[in-house]
Amino acid sequence: MSLLELRDLHITYRSERGDVPAVRGVDLTIDPGETIGLAGESGCGKSTIAGAVLRLLPKETLIEGQVLLDGEDVYQMRPGELRAVRWTSAAIVFQGALHALNPVQRVGKQIAEAILLHSTQSKKAAQDRVGDLLERVGLPANRARSYPHQLSGGQRQRVLIALALACEPKLLIADEPTTALDVMVQAQVLELLAELQRDRGLGLLFITHDLSVLTSTCERLAVMYAGRIVEDGPSHDVFGTPEHPYSAALTRAFPTIGDHASRMRPSGLAGDPPNPANLPSGCPFHPRCDRAVDDCSVADIELRPLGIGRHAACIHIPTSGGDDGE
Amino acid sequence: MSDADETLDVAPTTFSPRAFRWQRRRASAADFWSRFRGDRLALLGLIVLLVFIVMAIAAPWISPKEGLSAVDSIDNPTWAPPGRGYPLGTDNLGRSVAAQFVWGSRVSLWVGLSATVLTIAIGAAVGVTAGFFGRWTDATLMRLTDWFLVIPFLPLAIVLASVLDRSLRNVVLVIAITSWPGTARLVRAQVLTVKQRLYVDRARALGANRAHVIRRHILPNVAPLILANLTLAVPISILTETTLAFLGLGDPTRASWGKTLEEAFNAGAISRNAWWYYVPAGAGIVMVVLAFTLVGRAIEEILDPRLREGGA
Amino acid sequence: MRARFVAGKVFGALGTFVFVLVFNFFLFRVVNDDPTGKLFRGRNLSQAQLDRRRQEFNLDGTKFEQFLAYLKQTVSGNLGDSFLSRRPVTTEIREALWPTIALVGTSTILSMLIGIMLGIAAGWRRRSKVDVGATSFAMFTYSVPDFWLGMVLLAFFAVRWPWFPTGGFEDAGSTATGLSALLDQAHHMALPCITLTLAYIGEYMIVMRSSLLDTVNEDFLQLARAKGLRDVAVRRRHAVPNALLPVVSLSALNFGYVLSGAIAVESIYSWPGIGQATLEAIRGPDFPMLQGLFLLFSASMIIANLAVDLLYGLLDPRVRGR
Repeated sequence: MSLLELRDLHITYRSERGDVPAVRGVDLTIDPGETIGLAGESGCGKSTIAGAVLRLLPKETLIEGQVLLDGEDVYQMRPGELRAVRWTSAAIVFQGALHALNPVQRVGKQIAEAILLHSTQSKKAAQDRVGDLLERVGLPANRARSYPHQLSGGQRQRVLIALALACEPKLLIADEPTTALDVMVQAQVLELLAELQRDRGLGLLFITHDLSVLTSTCERLAVMYAGRIVEDGPSHDVFGTPEHPYSAALTRAFPTIGDHASRMRPSGLAGDPPNPANLPSGCPFHPRCDRAVDDCSVADIELRPLGIGRHAACIHIPTSGGDDGE
Repeated sequence: MSDADETLDVAPTTFSPRAFRWQRRRASAADFWSRFRGDRLALLGLIVLLVFIVMAIAAPWISPKEGLSAVDSIDNPTWAPPGRGYPLGTDNLGRSVAAQFVWGSRVSLWVGLSATVLTIAIGAAVGVTAGFFGRWTDATLMRLTDWFLVIPFLPLAIVLASVLDRSLRNVVLVIAITSWPGTARLVRAQVLTVKQRLYVDRARALGANRAHVIRRHILPNVAPLILANLTLAVPISILTETTLAFLGLGDPTRASWGKTLEEAFNAGAISRNAWWYYVPAGAGIVMVVLAFTLVGRAIEEILDPRLREGGA
Repeated sequence: MRARFVAGKVFGALGTFVFVLVFNFFLFRVVNDDPTGKLFRGRNLSQAQLDRRRQEFNLDGTKFEQFLAYLKQTVSGNLGDSFLSRRPVTTEIREALWPTIALVGTSTILSMLIGIMLGIAAGWRRRSKVDVGATSFAMFTYSVPDFWLGMVLLAFFAVRWPWFPTGGFEDAGSTATGLSALLDQAHHMALPCITLTLAYIGEYMIVMRSSLLDTVNEDFLQLARAKGLRDVAVRRRHAVPNALLPVVSLSALNFGYVLSGAIAVESIYSWPGIGQATLEAIRGPDFPMLQGLFLLFSASMIIANLAVDLLYGLLDPRVRGR
């Protein structure tokens, strides 16, 4: 059974100024031990998916389709069941650059809280386990007594990884875990995640705007644009021979080290990501696409098969599903 | 926030900057009004305020001033409940409570507004100076502000009012002296954020002098905050004026709502069950203060994008 | 490091107190060159009596000599004699202190507790019925002058329905001791205490609510929820401890308001505390008494601020240093 399965997932945020479709029909499957990268610019809906898996989005958000964790639909669960699967079936590695840790609580207590919540261990046993977890992510056990502000960015990220491992989930969702870390630390964190994934046979959904990070960590890649997956397939194929013009632009746009702006917006890609509340007609990428033809502004293209385990949603891909992707 | 954009956008456009600016301002005023109109409570507050302002201005025509004088009221019945001839009854000296209410609104509104303007002027001056010049100017002014923040404002107002003569002007002065520090802190913080934005540096690099930078770049960006603060500070001024008058520190020669309450209390209106003597003035204060608060909150919400987005 | 934090705060408080001492001199002897001149008004005071008051209040000599005399006297704990009662100001204040501490203390604690709880309920469920109700209540009580609220409560609950005494500290001629005296005093304190509590609940509620609203979108709350914590636990363990911080720092400021409110409310209920004493001193005007009261009010504000700063350090690890 798959660890996680998204079936035709639609997510629409509700606001006073109208509905904002953030995710518009996404299918995604993660099997045990598999690593999948989800890439795209900010606002493409990738972080919304992370929130949707554990049902963390605002109450009024409209969710259509299915989110199956270990085969069970998260959105059909009763509150108690939902709390029980949170952090045990899937856990999220939050972004350390944000205020993901409670600033007035020692980090050890925050990790222990998750352990005590989902097991019947004694406080003492939980504390020992916190020490083990911290050591596993490369921090001294006595760091448990630190407050978040006493840690560096990299250390905080390690704490968040330890926290995600606290209840031994089978699936980790890493939401931009390396953003705002310097390159050296970024590499260390990536290596740690890869190592943990191998050791424990974890499923890993790795979400980032930085495609270069994904190729080294993930077997499969999915590229998102305007709430949809526009291309997916084995990592080195998508990266080596991108078929969708958007993925192609992303791969061309390897970030220049140290240049923040070029990371946030891939070079060679004119214009801004579209406003989800007001998407262009047809293929939402057409205003920025260098291969756009007249039909692109009318025809909304679904994913088309493209060889083994590969899909892309572009008008230039033959509908018959030829093997020109290889 | 549109003001911030404006300064950025002026350079590359081919319009004359002045015409462009006015166009922007008109557009943002229209936008402001359409948002404000959407807030029913704020609209209600605005209407209440207008009614009271008209009443204050028209006091001499609504109610002759003689009604306030004990000498002129000597033949009137005392402690008369509301009824014919005395819409709100009379007090212990036979004076019309309605006349006191109408005339009292003048003092409350006048003191509330002018004290607030003075408060904001002092606070903004201190805040802009401290925030813009920084370093020791900032350190000194903020130290002073902190000291003033710690001094309890009513006792200070009482002491000031006791050593000064009792006049309306001094009441205004006392309120301003005791309540500027909050505004100063707020304005300083805003000036600091504005200063950090690129274009001030750019303007300075281009050789603009300080007065120009303050007038053209700092003030336009601090103004919305000051405006919101102004509306929210009026209630505090009105309540302080009322309290000072109630404690006998107001202008003894003028009817004000606080003074009416003091006289009602001292004349024993409560034990006589003469509710008509002390209810109107109190209700007037509550309505005016509430109205200002509603309007001020709406303005603040419109001007502060963070509040507007929040919580969705 | 912790000692340094505490020492810094204590030092700052002392600095503020020195400022207050200087400012006090400025208020009474510079703003108005000779405040005793006002004593002439409507009172039959001989020139000799007036001169004695001037001398008592250190108004002779140059401003610098006056300042030294004032400083020497004040620092040695002598605040002079009251112009009205001719008794030492310190004695007058000491007698009025206890009723005010009881009244202000009780109502501060009550309004804080109720206000914070209402604020949590309102802020956690924005735009719910609880939120709308609590916010309207807060805006209304904020608009009501505290002394007028006192008058209305007095009219209803002491005159119309005489459930509570109309004023005073205890029943006239009461010889009761022990528990029954305490109960009698509590009965007398009820209405002024309810007045002050009602008047200041709103402030705490509003601050707590907006502070919690600032917190609800924090990532650490998302994380706490993702861990599988119940909503109540997320609120109690993570949201509230963080949202309380601004409330704590504002409570010192609020303490000043309650203290001020007590001046007018005490006079409504003839509660024999500092507020009553202030009102009598205003009527004098009794300058030594006003000066002593002003110093007392300022000192209690400084102490409240210091206490809040230290409490803040205890609650927020980021403040007390690494």
